[in-house]
Amino acid sequence: MSEITAEQVAHLANLARIDLSPEEITRLTAELGQIVDSVAKVAEVATPEVPATSHPMPLTNVFRADVVVPSLSVEEALSGSTDLDGDKFRVPAILDEE
Amino acid sequence: MKKAELMDYDKALELFEPVLGFEVHVELNTKTKMFCGCANEFGQGANTNTCPTCLGLPGGLPQVNAKAIESSIRLGLALGCEIAEYSRFARKNYFYPDTAKNFQTSQYDEPIAFNGQLTIELESGRLVTVDIERAHMEDDAGKLTHVGGATGRIQGADYSLVDYNRGGVPLVEIVTQMIEGGEADSPEIGRTYVAAIREIVKALGVSNARMEEGNVRCDANVSLRPRGSGKLGTRTETKNVNSLRSVERAVRYEIQRQAALLAAGGTITQETRHWHEDTGITSAGRPKSDADDYRYFPEPDLVPVAPSRAWVEELRATLPEPPAARRKRLQADWGFANLEFQDVVNSDLLDAVEATVAAGASAQSARKWWTGEVARLANVAGVSADSLVEPAQLAALIELVTAGTLTDRLARQVLEGVIAGEGTPLEVVEIRGLAVVSDDGPLIEAIDLALASQPDVLAKIRDGKVQAAGAVIGAVMKAMRGQADAARVRELVLERAGAAE
Repeated sequence: MSEITAEQVAHLANLARIDLSPEEITRLTAELGQIVDSVAKVAEVATPEVPATSHPMPLTNVFRADVVVPSLSVEEALSGSTDLDGDKFRVPAILDEE
Repeated sequence: MKKAELMDYDKALELFEPVLGFEVHVELNTKTKMFCGCANEFGQGANTNTCPTCLGLPGGLPQVNAKAIESSIRLGLALGCEIAEYSRFARKNYFYPDTAKNFQTSQYDEPIAFNGQLTIELESGRLVTVDIERAHMEDDAGKLTHVGGATGRIQGADYSLVDYNRGGVPLVEIVTQMIEGGEADSPEIGRTYVAAIREIVKALGVSNARMEEGNVRCDANVSLRPRGSGKLGTRTETKNVNSLRSVERAVRYEIQRQAALLAAGGTITQETRHWHEDTGITSAGRPKSDADDYRYFPEPDLVPVAPSRAWVEELRATLPEPPAARRKRLQADWGFANLEFQDVVNSDLLDAVEATVAAGASAQSARKWWTGEVARLANVAGVSADSLVEPAQLAALIELVTAGTLTDRLARQVLEGVIAGEGTPLEVVEIRGLAVVSDDGPLIEAIDLALASQPDVLAKIRDGKVQAAGAVIGAVMKAMRGQADAARVRELVLERAGAAE
């Protein structure tokens, strides 16, 4: 049985900026627990001789030449934002008053 | 901001052993960003160099800049690191407005370079070997401007503005192992280490290496351990330490601050602290997150980097002479006293003097001109001395002085002409008609005239009062508008005065 707690799920949700209701936290605690258990099963078979796979394709060293390509125009770059100030994105205050 | 209690520095060292660690971020000077083809340059206005990839828009896909990999490997090699046979990028997840993707593309457990060493020399001659844990690649964040509030600082701001031009610019982060045994030298170790890194990236040509423009940025970790306890203290990480002098001051400040706090029975909070250049203090920033909270995972959109050993060796062959070794060699070659050499190094004129010597000038005259007249003119113009004149031109000018064609005074005028773009030193001499008059004919003419108009002086010289000749020499130099060699004029004056008998 996994050791995932509701507190951990709430902490993760906060890190990921996902707003969860208490019911969702309960449900996800159980679901995440099952996922962790399943991964633990895989880990039993994965001995040190089996390297972790991060990419299914056996590709390495895919590089791009250091050549400038045209960027978006400032208007295009800013067009997805709802809050602007001149040529900059505007965001709410980051920290509370000291 | 409240000023913290500080303990006397010597007292702090009596009670505690400082333990240091540094993270230096080097901004690479590639033409484009780390993962997209946007230009890596500033000054064209905000948000001019962005694209869906560096703005983190849906569908944007990263592509690794080959030159950034090359620069990172060369930097790793210059730091004595091993280069990974297999290296991956990872996502470091956190939300902050300067990071458009909501994660930084960095490296976690498989950095490109690791296990290096850098030996630095302190002013006392003490050698300190700093172990490098790793050098990993990542992309830079955008630039925030805080608006409103009293100070323009992030605290109390009404809102902030973001320019993503710097977002995605390639960085190499160099992380040291813990540095123990620094003792009273700890602040100087910090400064000297960062100076050494700066010198190396500059010699490699992988970064513009201007600290004042943020090309090299230092985070300083400091903790104190009660003397003899063998138990590590809690560390703080001071950010935003962006000049060599600040590194030294910030380390010293944290030692004094933490010592006072610990001695009073307090505890150190593990946190990032901000260095304030103006007041010379640090202030608390955010509590340091656990690495777990960043939920690192391998970047799925980028395949691993596996540099072949042949490529690594090829790059190793491109490494320049290590800066510290080069300095030792040049000082010995040039026979400079320590102060003379330091003057050149501190003025950032090592390359310029070396090139001038290579172009035929003597080391002493090259040093004298670069740190003297050229530096003075550069200072007036508000530019760097080595941008003012080509070493070859200066060597040609020095050659004219050595040959006696120019006096120092005339040479300074010629230098101004060269800087003004009037041509080579020889061309300026001709255009401005500045050469020393070395033909005795016009000199003798002027001397005879001066002697005839000052008969009392002539009489004194004839009586053997040679010092009286000064008045005549002055008159002749004036008549020649300074374009004469005063020593030769003196010889001729005495000769003519004698001959006139």
